[in-house]
Amino acid sequence: MTDSPKFDIEERRKKLWTIAPMFTEGTPHGVALGLKFVAVDIGRATISLPYNAKLIGDAETRVMFGGAVTALLDQACGLAALSALDKLDALATLDLRIDYMRAATPGETIIAEAHCYKATRDIAFVRAIAHDGDSEDPVASAQAIFMQIKSGSNDYEADRIKASENIAAAGGGMARE
Amino acid sequence: MTTHDFTEAQVKSVLSRIPYAKLIGVKPLLMGHELTLVMPYSQTVIGNPVLPALHGGAVSAFMELAAILQLTLQCGYSKLPKPVGVNIDYLRRGKPMDTYARALVAREGKRVANVRVRAWQESFNEPISLLHGHFMAPRKDG
Repeated sequence: MTDSPKFDIEERRKKLWTIAPMFTEGTPHGVALGLKFVAVDIGRATISLPYNAKLIGDAETRVMFGGAVTALLDQACGLAALSALDKLDALATLDLRIDYMRAATPGETIIAEAHCYKATRDIAFVRAIAHDGDSEDPVASAQAIFMQIKSGSNDYEADRIKASENIAAAGGGMARE
Repeated sequence: MTTHDFTEAQVKSVLSRIPYAKLIGVKPLLMGHELTLVMPYSQTVIGNPVLPALHGGAVSAFMELAAILQLTLQCGYSKLPKPVGVNIDYLRRGKPMDTYARALVAREGKRVANVRVRAWQESFNEPISLLHGHFMAPRKDG
């Protein structure tokens, strides 16, 4: 992929760093969860999810809800897939497998690191881990498959701009209620 | 202990122990002994505002919640079960409308339980997503 004549690698990196923060933090659900963009490279993505009382899955233990970790892993895998595919178009998750290795430590930020280890023309195969500081002691791991879908437009950036306008029009902080 | 006889008050009491449920606005719908959960449409669960489509993570979390709720009520757990591993298939785009989920306990073991969950919108026969997975049964008190 690196010597594909279809795109300039530095140009692609620059473009990824431009769109990735909005891809991660700019969707209404991303805002509601509090997802934070950390880093992106071709085939790789890192996203974090700071601990928040509204993400708790068990009031007794105050451990973050497994489903919140799932959403974080889904988002990180999606960004890694997007970065590995030729076109920066909309993506659909086909399937996702999550292993929960241990409870996340209450109060700690969860970090998801995803790697797209194979991408065909429109399918991306991704693995990811979620940890709270030590990647050797993960909280969860994921395996996902994504497929590129045709959105209304093929111009991803135009889509993202439109998306951010829609978010702004809807009040931006709609998730805070 | 397996029972299909639980009240709306019991369902709400378990839901109140899961703060995350409030974030996605989950509400119970009890028809006879069958529990259906509703995730009402709101901007909060949108993942792609352009299409528009629900966030896959919100749908997954919703189904996980349905599994935990069904297990806790049906098996009479005093603590909430923890997920060990889940598989999720995304069959259709989640449209900007209410989503429903119903969980089925496929096997209730002493240590683990296997659960299947279906999420749908317009028609039960056209699920938008399916989940199956294992959950650890909480240790008995005492």
